[in-house]
Amino acid sequence: MTDVLRITLAVAGKDIRAELHSRTALISALVFAALVLVLFNFARDPTAVSAAILGPSVLWVTFVLAALLAMNRAFTIERENSALDGVLLAPIPRESLFLGKLLANLAFVGVVELLTLPLFMLFFNVDLVPRLPGILLVTALATTGFVAVGTIFGAMTAKTRFAELMLPVLLLPFMVPPLIGAVQVTSRLLADRPLSEMWGWLRLLALYDVVFVVLCTLAFSAVVDE
Amino acid sequence: MPSHDQGSLLEVRGLQRSFGRVRILRGLDLTLRPGESLAIIGPNGAGKTTLLRLIAGLLRPDAGQICIQGQPLRAGAHRVRSAVGFVSHQTLLYDDLTLVENLAFTARLYGLRRPVETAVAALDAAGLADRQSERPKGLSRGLQQRAAVARALLHGPPLILMDEPFNALDAAAAQRLRDDLRSRLSRNASLLLVTHQLADAWELASRVAVLIQGRWVADEPRSGSLDSFLLRYREWAHD
Repeated sequence: MTDVLRITLAVAGKDIRAELHSRTALISALVFAALVLVLFNFARDPTAVSAAILGPSVLWVTFVLAALLAMNRAFTIERENSALDGVLLAPIPRESLFLGKLLANLAFVGVVELLTLPLFMLFFNVDLVPRLPGILLVTALATTGFVAVGTIFGAMTAKTRFAELMLPVLLLPFMVPPLIGAVQVTSRLLADRPLSEMWGWLRLLALYDVVFVVLCTLAFSAVVDE
Repeated sequence: MPSHDQGSLLEVRGLQRSFGRVRILRGLDLTLRPGESLAIIGPNGAGKTTLLRLIAGLLRPDAGQICIQGQPLRAGAHRVRSAVGFVSHQTLLYDDLTLVENLAFTARLYGLRRPVETAVAALDAAGLADRQSERPKGLSRGLQQRAAVARALLHGPPLILMDEPFNALDAAAAQRLRDDLRSRLSRNASLLLVTHQLADAWELASRVAVLIQGRWVADEPRSGSLDSFLLRYREWAHD
């Protein structure tokens, strides 16, 4: 167990350090998120649809698309100089490699989401501050699930010629369940509905997380080992 | 299942591997004892790199068995991997990390104590002390190769696999690598080295093998001169 934790932290630390040096994924995902919000802001008619109704969908579509950019990066750096071979040569449990990549991806996507929230408040004139604990909870629950699936698909597509194209094609269908749950909870949060109305969706998101984190961890070895 | 030779560090039996319909390795046997160094030479497509990648555990054989220190190499047996150090065609280094960060990460993967200090010492020994804060992509191919070798040997593996390790190295760096490998061989490490430039490895090798179309054509102790061996090699390669 300590071995798994040690390697998980080493892999995550390596990815975060590499990203801090290059800032490729973070900056491009943040700029992309801002552009999507700007586009939606100009594309909507505020007299026809209120921000409270459209906002949750826009927020989560922005999160999902920005997350795709951030996650593409995770295995692109492993492809350069066949660096992943260097990791696979080491006497490490493959599960810890997956958990390390997952942790790093969660950190990247989490930072992008946190920095996107103020932009969303600005463009859509929605006050999230009083609902922040709820927003952070649903964001954490929904993000964990789709990032787990994105991490394993990232490893699969990294070996293909069109990795950047293949990842969204494979991942987007798996993002639908957490996306629906997250939009439903966020809509209720913005409408100041009671927690009892969100409980079912939150449980669904938590279940999705448990199922896919466990499945992806167990399946990862088959994906990276030939 | 073949019986394991107790004295061998590496034992390969009946190794076969294809890519699609192309048969690359056709039932190879190989034994390597502690302190032995085997230089493998062969034309392009002979299966040399595939053989090394199979022994390193990066590819799975279609048939046959690989044992390292008496332990079968198979999926999930990750402990066996700590006995192997592999220098590949690629550097296996992250372009976005500095050299010291790259080697410290490797040290962490192998559970070495004081990863940063270990990485600094290895870079110093490779003549890269003044380059440790630079990233691989900013270095010449020769300096990258030195870092790649330092990375592969960081954990002191008893079984060293090298695919064209002298590529891009200048004369001084190549000599330093030969001296380092000799020192490791004297401490009972074993070396399996694939090369097109046999002259670079001739003095280092205790055995020389020729691999052509996935089969051993020769595997013999190094004796005589390099020139006479190369004359025979040309005949085998043209047959």
